[in-house]
Amino acid sequence: MEQYTLWKTLITSGDPVTAWQKFYVYFYQAFIEADRWKQYLSGVVSTLYVTALALALGVILGVIVAVVRTAHDQQRPGHNNPILGVLNFIFKIYVTVIRGTPMMVQLLIMGFVIFSSSKNFALVGALTLGINSGAYQAEIIRGGLMAVDSGQMEAGRSLGLNYVDTMRFIIIPQAVKAILPALGNEFIVLLKDTSLISVIGGKELLYAARAIVSRTYEAMFPFLGTAAIYLVLVMLFTWLLGIFERRLRQSDRR
Amino acid sequence: MIVVNDLHKSFGDLEVLRGVSEHVEQGECIVVIGPSGSGKSTFLRCLNLLETPTSGEILFDGVSMTDPKTDINKMRQKMGMVFQHFNLFPNMTILKNITLAPVRTGLMSQKEAEAEAMMLLKRVGLEDKADAYPAQLSGGQKQRIAIVRSLAMHPEVILFDEPTSALDPEMVGEVLDVMRKLAEDGMTMVVVTHEMGFAKEVGDRVLFMEDGVIVEQNTPAEFFANPQSERARSFLAKVLI
Repeated sequence: MEQYTLWKTLITSGDPVTAWQKFYVYFYQAFIEADRWKQYLSGVVSTLYVTALALALGVILGVIVAVVRTAHDQQRPGHNNPILGVLNFIFKIYVTVIRGTPMMVQLLIMGFVIFSSSKNFALVGALTLGINSGAYQAEIIRGGLMAVDSGQMEAGRSLGLNYVDTMRFIIIPQAVKAILPALGNEFIVLLKDTSLISVIGGKELLYAARAIVSRTYEAMFPFLGTAAIYLVLVMLFTWLLGIFERRLRQSDRR
Repeated sequence: MIVVNDLHKSFGDLEVLRGVSEHVEQGECIVVIGPSGSGKSTFLRCLNLLETPTSGEILFDGVSMTDPKTDINKMRQKMGMVFQHFNLFPNMTILKNITLAPVRTGLMSQKEAEAEAMMLLKRVGLEDKADAYPAQLSGGQKQRIAIVRSLAMHPEVILFDEPTSALDPEMVGEVLDVMRKLAEDGMTMVVVTHEMGFAKEVGDRVLFMEDGVIVEQNTPAEFFANPQSERARSFLAKVLI
């Protein structure tokens, strides 16, 4: 502590300092002074909270959109369910609009136009990210559903199972296994994209780092630290996905 | 039991079935043969509406299968099907493969279904595979499991779509044995196959199809000894070497 104060005065007064002294001072003021690590920590908590919310919303939206669109395309000729038709049309527009506009623009519209009176920036951010991710996940899941051998659907239906049960017990589990790497990719993108919600005031990890930069006028350590934290989070996430994938692959053993 | 009236099926411009009419009686084992592309499989798949007929009528136990108001899931529960490529569910154990449909359709409790499955597995000599996954089995074993899976629903009729065509030659016998036993027990069966030996020995009636119509039908003994049509004669000349 005294060492920090001493070396800090050396730097501010313009006296010559060693590289080590400089490193020590900047590191100290980026993470330790005024318990700043707590700001990063609460930023990480908030980042994880937003990711979890957005992920849940994205998965739910993605599965619903993918299943409805697949069901619509798989109808027997002459059996056109009007409700499916309407839903399919709406979902197509949803996917087109979300994939066709930048995430940043969507965030700004949600934060400053649609929910301009809301003060819960993290929640608005999570909502936007979830809606955005849902559109991409829908297409990934739809691809997975279509990739399952059509004989599986025929076998399920010929046993007298209805469409929903066949999807739930036979098709979706196989599709999930096939698309898990692609879905993992999407989850990682989502985790990192939570950094964007700082533009509407969401207090996540990057927001904390920027606040510290603007207090200390020193950008290197806060931003490098932020990058390192994201990297660790993604690696953790990848590890968890790997475990999940191995469990799903149980049925492949011979 | 099954009545088919003037069945037509087109895929786009291609007319695969051009007016098929047929009766299947209780306890009968019907064997459908014919060159590839003759519409045998399409005919079979129309019976349980895996393919939607373009026109014509199918009555099963007096209920029209093609009527949109018919609960097709209920009808299919009474109509088993065995596929060329087995189509076991790779994400489930053998036991789960067999019990899923009876339990989900409310036919049996999980306990009853498992007891039933073990009993059926014993009948085909695969009771030790209950906890295995399909990937661990040979083709012949998979097909025997597929037959058990459809039997677990207590169907009134089982449709076989070239059940031995995807098997290694040495495994054909074990599957045909199971089918033969079924026929002896009085199960109603419609079998599309290239196994002429099976048709001769087990079939009650042979349907010969070509170009989307049933050209000829007869008892196996009569059909193989004395085919009436020129097309059947030339077909048999090619397959019976």
